[in-house]
Amino acid sequence: MTHGPAQPPSAGQKIEASHLSKRYGATLAVDDLSFCVNPGVVTGFIGPNGAGKTTTMRMILGLDHPSGGEVTVGGKRYRDLPAPMREVGALIDAKAVHPSRTAHHHLLSLAQSNAISAGRVEEVLGLVGLEAVAGRRVGGFSLGMCQRLGIAAALLGDPPVLMFDEPVNGLDPEGIVWIRQLMRGLAAEGRTVFVSSHLMSEMALTADHLIVIGQGKLLRDEGAGEFVESSAHHWVLVRGARLDRLSAELTGAGAQVRPGVDESLEVAGLDSRAIGELAGAKGLILYELATQHASLEDAFMDLTRDSTDYRASVAA
Amino acid sequence: MTTATTTTAGLTRPAVSAREYRAARFTDALRSEWTKARTVPSTWWALVAAVVLGIGLGALISALAAHQYAKGLASARAAWDPTSVSSAGLAIAQLAIGVLGVLIVTSEYSSGAIRTGLTAVPRRGRFLAAKAVVVAGLTFVAVEVTAFTAFFIGQALISGHAPTASLGETDVLRALVGCGLEGALIGLFGLALGGLVRNAAGAITVLVAVLWVLPGVAAALPASIQHPVEKFWPTQAGGQVTDVIRQANTLPAWAGFGVMFLFVAIALSAAFFTLNRRDA
Repeated sequence: MTHGPAQPPSAGQKIEASHLSKRYGATLAVDDLSFCVNPGVVTGFIGPNGAGKTTTMRMILGLDHPSGGEVTVGGKRYRDLPAPMREVGALIDAKAVHPSRTAHHHLLSLAQSNAISAGRVEEVLGLVGLEAVAGRRVGGFSLGMCQRLGIAAALLGDPPVLMFDEPVNGLDPEGIVWIRQLMRGLAAEGRTVFVSSHLMSEMALTADHLIVIGQGKLLRDEGAGEFVESSAHHWVLVRGARLDRLSAELTGAGAQVRPGVDESLEVAGLDSRAIGELAGAKGLILYELATQHASLEDAFMDLTRDSTDYRASVAA
Repeated sequence: MTTATTTTAGLTRPAVSAREYRAARFTDALRSEWTKARTVPSTWWALVAAVVLGIGLGALISALAAHQYAKGLASARAAWDPTSVSSAGLAIAQLAIGVLGVLIVTSEYSSGAIRTGLTAVPRRGRFLAAKAVVVAGLTFVAVEVTAFTAFFIGQALISGHAPTASLGETDVLRALVGCGLEGALIGLFGLALGGLVRNAAGAITVLVAVLWVLPGVAAALPASIQHPVEKFWPTQAGGQVTDVIRQANTLPAWAGFGVMFLFVAIALSAAFFTLNRRDA
């Protein structure tokens, strides 16, 4: 048996949303959202709480009816998939399990509904590390164990498309590393991995591509690297003698300068090399010259500042 | 770097392999629903309650009624139906059966498992039909076991005090089989209510109202209202199939059963309609 490089499990298993909208009364939870989630990469789906991430995922799974537009998986509406768990594995709400049922019976009932063998139940229980508690009732599980059970259910049908809604919630640090590696591994096998989070820092470590939404609207749909480049401002921290004069020279050279903390300047519009050369030419001594990169978190905060539903109001 | 031979999802074959599988069928959904029903304790509690109450109360009522028989009026003796006396306990068993139908669906709403279930079986009609077959099958078997056991115990207790019935007599077997059929309809009615109301307390309240409270209220009304209600109220009409001797103001056995069948079919259709239209 040969193992070539990872290829898509079945070509073109994309999630495609087209002008997707969802209205609850007067609120437009999802507003004309169009995007495409591709195989082979981890696509992060981020936005503040209440941005419409879960609603969008529920519409992908056919749980909620769109008020407008449509969304397909591999070109089909979810409800029309002949055996949906073989095509899409989803973890939406880890606690959505009957508390009196054992983990084993929960997974068995799901497997049977999609004609998946009972042997696969044991396999996925082992995969997520729950084999020892397979016979225990789910009601006694911690949130972290429920997350693992939900992931086991998503993997049951060995599907080419996987969706996880806030999967790291409730996981301990070890569990977080585990799921990060799991998602990256699934994508490396050529699967489509769509994972939502309100934590940009988590996505920074996992996602290759980002779909950013705020108040139900698409804000960005681009590579994680591009996202930082395009939305973030880099700036340079400068410390030195005669800061007032340096400030005037830099402004004269076209940079935006503002005073920083502890006798420093924050300079944008010129890179560190240009600043150093300018200072040298003018005979000004520099003590420190450091480029500051905006993090994904900063870029995300910048982008969603105006679209956060529930923001703590700061006393003026 | 070595070539990855084990994949993340724990497959013994690479994920690239041909994705051949057979489409899920109704029987798969049915098997799944059966697993769900048998793996929660509430199912078995409801069934044990139905069987114990049905047999126990049936025996008690048979013994008491048999001893009253000698003292009764001639009209009461003419209406003496030993088969329906021995299955009188089923009226209480029906509550447990109806609650079972309610819980099969409301427990999924309260835990959120309905979303997991509908993700696995997104065709709403198939999802509800599989639940209906499981509920109907479980309740039919449980009530039949109860009805026949209560019949033999009841007739033994009545024997020597009042006339008894035997399986070979006209309509006795029909009445006993009718108990199971009526029980299945009540289970299905509970299922429909659970789907419509989506919460156990509300659905059980409606169930009790329809089964007992409303017919009870009608009994206190003038005959002009009371008689049509007795005759056509679905659960009253459905009960005719369990009687051997037809009482006044009642439909014939199968006509009455037909009324109840139609009523439950409408309730289930409404449940399907809301399940299909509402967001899960």
